[in-house]
Amino acid sequence: MNRLLSLIVFAVAASVAAGSAHAELRVFACEPEWGSMLHELAGDTVSVDVATNALQDPHVVEARPSLIAKVRRADLVVCTGAELEIGWLPQLLRQAGNNKVSSGNGYFMADSQVTLLGKPTQLDRANGDIHADGNPHIQMDPYRMLAVAKALTARLALLDPANAATYQQRFNDFSTRWMAAIEKWEAKAAPLKGRNLVVRHDAWMYFEHWLGLNQIGTLEPKPGVPPTSSHLSDLIDLTKASHTLAIVSAAYQDPKAANWLSGRTGVPAVTLPFTVGGDAAATDLFSLYDDSIDRLLAALHAGAAP
Amino acid sequence: MKAAIPAGICLLAGLTAVPMAATAATTPPANPSITALAARIQALEVQSTQLRQQADSALAAAHAAQAELAQLQADQASAKRAARLAAVTRAAAPARASGIGTGNAFNPAIAVILNGYYAHHSSSPASWQRAGFPAAGEGAPLPQGLSLGESELALSANIDDKFYGQLSLAVENEDGEDHLHVEEAYIDTTALPAGFGVRAGRFFSNIGYLNSHHAHTDFFVDRPLAYQALLGNQYGDDGVQVQWIAPTNIYLQLGGEAFRGSNYPAAGAGHGGVGAHTLFVHLGGDVGARNAWYAGISTLRTQTRNGDDGFNGSERLYIVDGTWKWSHHGNFKDGGLLVRGEYLRGQRRGHYGDNTATAAPATDSLMAAMTAPWTGQRSGAYLETVYQFNRTWNIGYRYDRLWPADSGPWASAFDPSRQSAMLTWHNSEFSLLRLQLSQEKPSPAKRDNAVLLQYQVALGAHGAHKF
Repeated sequence: MNRLLSLIVFAVAASVAAGSAHAELRVFACEPEWGSMLHELAGDTVSVDVATNALQDPHVVEARPSLIAKVRRADLVVCTGAELEIGWLPQLLRQAGNNKVSSGNGYFMADSQVTLLGKPTQLDRANGDIHADGNPHIQMDPYRMLAVAKALTARLALLDPANAATYQQRFNDFSTRWMAAIEKWEAKAAPLKGRNLVVRHDAWMYFEHWLGLNQIGTLEPKPGVPPTSSHLSDLIDLTKASHTLAIVSAAYQDPKAANWLSGRTGVPAVTLPFTVGGDAAATDLFSLYDDSIDRLLAALHAGAAP
Repeated sequence: MKAAIPAGICLLAGLTAVPMAATAATTPPANPSITALAARIQALEVQSTQLRQQADSALAAAHAAQAELAQLQADQASAKRAARLAAVTRAAAPARASGIGTGNAFNPAIAVILNGYYAHHSSSPASWQRAGFPAAGEGAPLPQGLSLGESELALSANIDDKFYGQLSLAVENEDGEDHLHVEEAYIDTTALPAGFGVRAGRFFSNIGYLNSHHAHTDFFVDRPLAYQALLGNQYGDDGVQVQWIAPTNIYLQLGGEAFRGSNYPAAGAGHGGVGAHTLFVHLGGDVGARNAWYAGISTLRTQTRNGDDGFNGSERLYIVDGTWKWSHHGNFKDGGLLVRGEYLRGQRRGHYGDNTATAAPATDSLMAAMTAPWTGQRSGAYLETVYQFNRTWNIGYRYDRLWPADSGPWASAFDPSRQSAMLTWHNSEFSLLRLQLSQEKPSPAKRDNAVLLQYQVALGAHGAHKF
């Protein structure tokens, strides 16, 4: 028993010593887009653990022990918020016993930095798995992303004043490149304006709002409820009649339902990366947008060709 | 206009070039006509310079106007972008309704679990008993027919900056009477440094895997035989817990608990009301992006006075648990395979008193055997596997087994066992229907085939579940 105790004491001492040798800020990012943003804003100045990958549905991630261990050692948690991670983040924070990140400055929710669309007027789960604070999927709105980046820069500087100048300088650089990219994307995506989309899950609201796309239907009968054959059948006529541009799924979603509807309507099923890493081309925030717009433009040209 | 100016300049240049050459060739005899010509040329030269200057400034003005226009357009576009950025940025201090009428804003999260069963046993559980294990605690087969399962109400919230609190009330039916009992009522610290956490109140012990998990997160309708027989379904009591999460890459949790010792397998609150102690270690991690594991070793030491099964004495129970989950993309809920097993082994030291359960043997010689000092070992284990097809469907198989003591009044050479298969349909995260088929061999002469149907729903606050 004594030997066990001394072993534990030694292990703790060793890990504390190892911890202080690397004084860099440790950040736990819930989704890949925040990992990429942190890379833009902090480079190698901070170490980042990204909890999920683009092939995982961020709504239903499990509070795995490995994630608890990561939150335990974090100085800052960067997540989407607005109840997207409600099924797992609270559990991670409660189990990790890390008071630095459970509230206060170490707890950064992107959705709290921006205004949200799609706030439900009626909170009733008969309407599906709705988020009371509004639609949380802001990562495909470049303006909101820039607003988040600005707030995140301030937070990084607050937690790590020694590197504040680096964060600010990197943000300025990111902001310039991002604004230029927005100009480019808006010009490139101009032909998409006014076109209709059918989407798998109501996760594209901000993207559509930005580019002037119309969402005419969702494959899920209600948010979070898997597509049913009767609901998909109901969508056939609408999809055909609306001169629909594409049936959009995210990389983490099973494309079966979208392919089924595509087969019956001739409207192309398009899988968009949804976040960084969702396909081979989407390797950072910039290429995520490039690739998403390119894929919709490809659908547009494919539709125009015949 | 722009094209006209350079053409005019060229013309002037041509006009000036010819007379210049003429003046250079001739010598001074002042010819009045030449003088006049020279003056004319001079005037033209001045004029040409002036014109050139005018043209240059006109050009510059045109360029400036153009630049100004472009700047204006760029400003407009970037102002539009800046306005758009400003529009989506939330003000630093979110506006909150102030003063009167906000009392409900701090209401705790309220979650209700409703749960009901239908059970059909080929051999009514009232007519048999598991060899070596008299029914104790709440560990018993589901009763024949329709019944309300554990329906519970849970309230939870941060209390302040340092504490979190939770209260769970469960409805349960005992001999036709409904009782509302406090299942859990505890506070957690939230602000201790260095990964420490303290819990106090009534709560389920953190030993093993299933014990700390509420039954509504289980994959099967009922708890494994080992939990029913050795922990009375789930060991919870009044107590205090200290746990620590190591700052390591691998998940490592160490902790211990002290309990009052009034619930099975403890009873009678021995040792001045600190009759049960636990120690637990849990480890966990990922293997690649698709596999996650969790394992632990725990001990539970209990003092029992007039226990549910008539036992008096002490018990030391060890639990080894292990879970492995594989999934396509590291997200089990969208499809994957789970394998979980636990082994429980309890060493009892003491004697059986005379207030035994209803099935107590009646003869004097057996009575004597019961009260004699006794040391015995009882164990149980289960192994379950669940295949999750998608968000909606999963199937599972579980094998259960018990090993009774080989001496003492409940000694048995027969090991009760059970096999169960289940199929679950989830309509959403909040509701499920489950069918379970079980075949149990509780004693050498008995065999019970059971069909169990369960509904389970969650109302209110969205729960965040443990791994």
